[in-house]
Amino acid sequence: MFAYLKRPEEGRTVTIEYEGRKLIARAGDTVAAALLASGIDRFRSTPVSQSPRGPWCMMGACFDCLLEIDGVPNRQGCQVTVVEGMTVRSQQGARRVSP
Amino acid sequence: MKPTALVIGGGLHGASAATQLARSGFRVTVVEKNYAGRHASGVNAGGVRRLGRHPAEIPLAVAALARWQRLETLIGDDGGFHPCGQIKVAENDEDMARLVSRAAEVRELGFDHEIILSREELRRRVPAVAPHCVGALACDGDGAANPYRTLTAWRRQSQREGAIWREGVQVTRVDRVPGGGWRLSTDHPDLPGLDADWLINCAGGWAGGLCGALDECVAMQPQALMLTITERVTPFLGPVIGSASRALSFKQMDNGSVMIGGGIAGCIDTGGEHADVRLAGLAQNVQTALGLFPFMRDVRVVRTWAGIEGVTGDGIPVLGLSWRHPRLIHSFGYSAHGFQLSAITGEIVRDLALEREPALPIAPFDIRRFDSSSAAARASHTH
Amino acid sequence: MKTIPLAIIGAGPAGIAAALTAARHGLKPVVFDEQPAPGGQIYRALESTPLRDPELLGQDYWHGRSLIEALRRESVDYRPGHMVWQLTRDGEIGVLAGDTAALIRAERIVLATGAQERPFPVPGWTLPGVMGAGAAQVLLKTSGVVAQAPMVLAGSGPLLYLVAVQYLRAGAKVAAILETTSKENRRLALAHIGGAIRGWRYLKKGAELLRELKRAGVRHERHVVALRAEGDETLTGVGWRTADRPDDWQHCEATTLLLHHGVVPNVQMTRALGGAHDWSEQQLCWRPRRDAFGRSDIENFFIAGDGGGIGGARAAQLQGELAALAALESLGHIDGPTLAREAAPARRKLDAELVVRPFLDALYRPGDSWRRPDDDVVVCRCEEISAGEIRRVAKLGCAGPNQMKSFTRCGMGPCQGRLCGLTVSEILAAENDQSLEQTGYYRLRPPFKPITLGQLASAAGGAPEAPARNETETAS
Ligand SMILES: Cc1cc2nc3c(=O)[nH]c(=O)nc-3n(C[C@H](O)[C@H](O)[C@H](O)COP(=O)(O)OP(=O)(O)OC[C@H]3O[C@@H](n4cnc5c(N)ncnc54)[C@H](O)[C@@H]3O)c2cc1C
Ligand SMILES: Cc1cc2nc3c(=O)[nH]c(=O)nc-3n(C[C@H](O)[C@H](O)[C@H](O)COP(=O)(O)OP(=O)(O)OC[C@H]3O[C@@H](n4cnc5c(N)ncnc54)[C@H](O)[C@@H]3O)c2cc1C
Ligand code: FES
Repeated sequence: MFAYLKRPEEGRTVTIEYEGRKLIARAGDTVAAALLASGIDRFRSTPVSQSPRGPWCMMGACFDCLLEIDGVPNRQGCQVTVVEGMTVRSQQGARRVSP
Repeated sequence: MKPTALVIGGGLHGASAATQLARSGFRVTVVEKNYAGRHASGVNAGGVRRLGRHPAEIPLAVAALARWQRLETLIGDDGGFHPCGQIKVAENDEDMARLVSRAAEVRELGFDHEIILSREELRRRVPAVAPHCVGALACDGDGAANPYRTLTAWRRQSQREGAIWREGVQVTRVDRVPGGGWRLSTDHPDLPGLDADWLINCAGGWAGGLCGALDECVAMQPQALMLTITERVTPFLGPVIGSASRALSFKQMDNGSVMIGGGIAGCIDTGGEHADVRLAGLAQNVQTALGLFPFMRDVRVVRTWAGIEGVTGDGIPVLGLSWRHPRLIHSFGYSAHGFQLSAITGEIVRDLALEREPALPIAPFDIRRFDSSSAAARASHTH
Repeated sequence: MKTIPLAIIGAGPAGIAAALTAARHGLKPVVFDEQPAPGGQIYRALESTPLRDPELLGQDYWHGRSLIEALRRESVDYRPGHMVWQLTRDGEIGVLAGDTAALIRAERIVLATGAQERPFPVPGWTLPGVMGAGAAQVLLKTSGVVAQAPMVLAGSGPLLYLVAVQYLRAGAKVAAILETTSKENRRLALAHIGGAIRGWRYLKKGAELLRELKRAGVRHERHVVALRAEGDETLTGVGWRTADRPDDWQHCEATTLLLHHGVVPNVQMTRALGGAHDWSEQQLCWRPRRDAFGRSDIENFFIAGDGGGIGGARAAQLQGELAALAALESLGHIDGPTLAREAAPARRKLDAELVVRPFLDALYRPGDSWRRPDDDVVVCRCEEISAGEIRRVAKLGCAGPNQMKSFTRCGMGPCQGRLCGLTVSEILAAENDQSLEQTGYYRLRPPFKPITLGQLASAAGGAPEAPARNETETAS
């Protein structure tokens, strides 16, 4: 479980939506950092065995931080910067495609 | 004393030949310069297809499928084969006309495995395909398998039958032994020479070079064929999809990822052991796939690769006895569709080595078709 | 396709130093880096970190300021947010920026793609709440985000202590450090004490970090020989055994477990290019072959920084200078004597930087059981392949990682083997009783990181090329 050392300064924050819930993040944070700082450490379940996962490397190597960001699935949460109004969803199993 | 056979090439056709020869009483050694399945046999798209075969290949492909259906009893593992069917779609009326006449041609030859699908039937079977497709040609019972797993099962079966595998050993020279039989030289210090009564050329993309050394004429080139594979997605597709007029093979594997191929060539490095992908070719291949499955546009590619395969001038393999040398059998040049056929070719090689008539017609695969002197001879007869 | 003279991939200390060296010689290089800001791993988020107190992240971190300021100031075409997803031997670079994939060609390419943390496969390491220590440091540097108590650190190596100390300085709590360094390692490291004394500054720094931890009263368990992360949906506790009490599982509660066994070169690109790699028994990793100037065995490619072997940030910076000089010389931009003259001081300093490495490598070398875990441990996180499955398939005659991959899909997931490659090679070598060189590593192919089918189609969307013969009738 993670948290900000200091609440991000006012005026320097961004609000994103995660699973319908509003999260306040520091401007410039990655989506993964923002989620972790809000106490969320389980980002998804794997397509192989549905086991729970969260970020492992925070540097773009492991692909365990995959999230659906603004409707696009399988994005690396640790490589995407938060943007005001962004909607983020956790992913269960394999990426859904709809023909 | 048991007759001996040396198989050059530890791919599927080498493994299949080794299995049948060993079972029929030959002492077999397979020599593979890399590791078993390093090239085409371990990295192909896994398509088990009778659909769209060259007429000469149809009898073999039909017989091969019967083997695929009971692979587990034959070699102890089913190779991951699942008969999901193969479908070739028509994107316009012209395509459709071509497929209809193709189906008629196959029926004429006495086979009924290729059937025409109406637009509605195609939609029913493949709801995900783009709406502009007007119909298709299908082959139920065809499907896909796991290439490396299949190759490993054949290798292990041949070993159970007594064949010996020498991996990491390259044949560098082939000599006839006076009085019959063969002597091979290798690059391996412990195996300077190998002797045998029979020589089986299953050298895949390198078989042409071997033929050159043996004074055999053949038109064959190694080619690096490319594949693209995506991340896993939820299931949307059962059968393997091809196109009537474009280079494409498109399938969703059981783990959810999608494999895109179609025989597009990449490049082979000068050493000839390493194949590289060529971006422009991949892009064109992917474009074709997106034409049929546009919703795939945002799905990610996790990997691309290329595998080296021997492709002949007329696109069908060389399978049969040499006419220049006694006790030499060729089985190569499967031209990007030899995965499926590997289930049967070993039996044909065995029949030839036992000096009996193979149960299936192999005249079209005779190596003499590339020999200009014999072709010239044939031509002068007709004039 | 546009052609540029010099491209540098990576804007860590190595890449930045390379760029500044080229700029100083009047050649404007293009620097691609996937991060939004320069600095690489060590100087990550230096311009924007909320932790402005210099004491907190320490002097070594703020050393990067001058480099980054120079990068911003000098004539360098720095392109943040540009991920390189493919490279060919003739210099074609595929880059993805936002949603746009494009190709560009460079006459010379400096690879400065750095390192990643060594895989640390233990039971439960895939649970949410278990992370690399370096990952926690990224969170700290970029966002001022820290693990809430109880947090446990486990493993060995300077970065482990550094993260612990940075946490303490930031006012966060460290419940325990579970140190895996063995008594044996201490003994073996002594053989390299000469180098350690010459590189005394590193020793001093290490000793200071340890003192700081001690002063803070952090529980420090030594000679840990086994470790497991516990919990069902998320981490709830950590269990361990020590050499002194080998039969007792000790246990503590934890909501975060940070693992670290050093860093290893990121070899994705050098592997995909088909460059030669040597197994380093000293650093227990693959190192792409490079000469003293960073010239690789692939024509026109140069390697700088930790991507070529672990030497640390200062060494990376010096190697960046050297690689750029060698590239400039091969472009004919500077002559041989200039190269020799300019390189001499950097080479001297580099030797001095590297002298301590054998000592550090021996001391913090993770033992066999950490690198070749028990059968029930997941090795490939993407495809969820266990060590036992790898051993089972090895017995079928799959001697190398590529056969393993074809058989089990191990290493075929989106991370492309970054998190399992070393473990798989090491397990196979041991199972087959052959050397790491004989065993080899995964053959890697582009894209280095996933791009979409749409991006791939548009990247190379130029003129369609002649298709292969018979293709409509062939592969399926
Ligand atoms: C990318 C790709 C996709 C494909 N998709 C399909 C498909 O979907 N369906 C289908 O039916 N077919 C497909 N194929 C074709 C199929 O894979 C091949 O036809 C088949 O595997 C050929 O097997 P082989 O044994 O002839 O050749 P290989 O597997 O290439 O084996 C030949 C072996 O001989 C060895 N060798 C050569 N010279 C020497 C020497 N001098 N000494 C020692 N060893 C030597 C080589 O190292 C090699 O391992 C595809 C091929 C590729 C490349
Ligand atoms: C997580 C982590 C934390 C570390 N923290 C410290 C520390 O605090 N102190 C310390 O002394 N050492 C630390 N290290 C060790 C570190 O390797 C070196 O000290 C130093 O950063 C190496 O410099 P470099 O220039 O070789 O590589 P790096 O600094 O790693 O820079 C490599 C750059 O290449 C970029 N890159 C990689 N692949 C691509 C691609 N495909 N496309 C575009 N760009 C790409 C990366 O984004 C990165 O910015 C850390 C290592 C890691 C992995
Ligand atoms: S946490 Fe590893 S890729 Fe994002």
